[in-house]
Amino acid sequence: MYFDAIAKIVAERTGCDVADVKPESKFSELGIDSLDTVELLMSLEDEIGIEIELDQKVETISDLDKFIQSKQG
Amino acid sequence: MLNGKTAIITGGSRGLGEAIAYKLASMGANIAIVDIGDVSLSDKVCAKCKDEYKVEAKAYQCDVSNFDAAKETVANIKADFGTAHILVNNAGITRDGLCAMMKEEDFDKVIAVNLKGAFNMIRHTAGLFIRNREGCIINISSVAGLMGNVGQCNYAASKAGLVGLTKTIAKELAPKGVRCNAIAPGFIATDMTGNQTENPLLKMIPLGKMGDADDIAEAAGYLATAKYVTGEVLRVDGGIAM
Repeated sequence: MYFDAIAKIVAERTGCDVADVKPESKFSELGIDSLDTVELLMSLEDEIGIEIELDQKVETISDLDKFIQSKQG
Repeated sequence: MLNGKTAIITGGSRGLGEAIAYKLASMGANIAIVDIGDVSLSDKVCAKCKDEYKVEAKAYQCDVSNFDAAKETVANIKADFGTAHILVNNAGITRDGLCAMMKEEDFDKVIAVNLKGAFNMIRHTAGLFIRNREGCIINISSVAGLMGNVGQCNYAASKAGLVGLTKTIAKELAPKGVRCNAIAPGFIATDMTGNQTENPLLKMIPLGKMGDADDIAEAAGYLATAKYVTGEVLRVDGGIAM
């Protein structure tokens, strides 16, 4: 589960309250475009100390969480 | 001007890439030479960058047309230099022949190195540039890609492809402060182009002579620092393709 880490970074980036970031929140609704998600992932790499390569489109926070988990095997 | 920046130059062991490496090194950039060939050639270029321009320089042997090899090389560059700020996609080959007689493999190989190689390197460095919110990509195209050239359908297609790649990357990454431009050299004397003194096209060059590698290096130096220029294709061709 990387939800907390993702939510923290999203909140930092967008200036919204971390409690407003839900697993089902769409990045587009949070004002984060697809290029931003690439950058977000970079910050996440620093935060949780793993290296991940985003090779598909992710729509929601939960999508990204699952994607990272899948890459962690 | 480029102090503290790191520039990756593919095909940097000789020809245009070598000249571009010296130019960027003279402007203060650390240099990562990526080349498929004998690493001793690249090492010589690195040695000159270090001795004459007092910058860091390292050679990496890599076939840029191989997606995974390009990925590994960029990872190694990141490990050695921390990050990268400039990418010059210069690696290129020719397999000339008339289209009606061209072997399939000669078409595929040229596209793989010249066009896909550039994509591979951009694909794997884009993350670094996005993270830095700064980056400069320079793709070495060719006037052959702008106006066509008999006997070079594969090469011209790859170089025209680079123009589309350049403009798209420029649009995609502009919001992140990353610029992407192309240089379209005309007839330049290098090992790859060989002796062209008998080429009738020479008479068509308004400036009346072939260019040299330093002419292209100057353009690369300009684009590396031209902070308001992106998506441009800069002809450096003595006027032949205007």
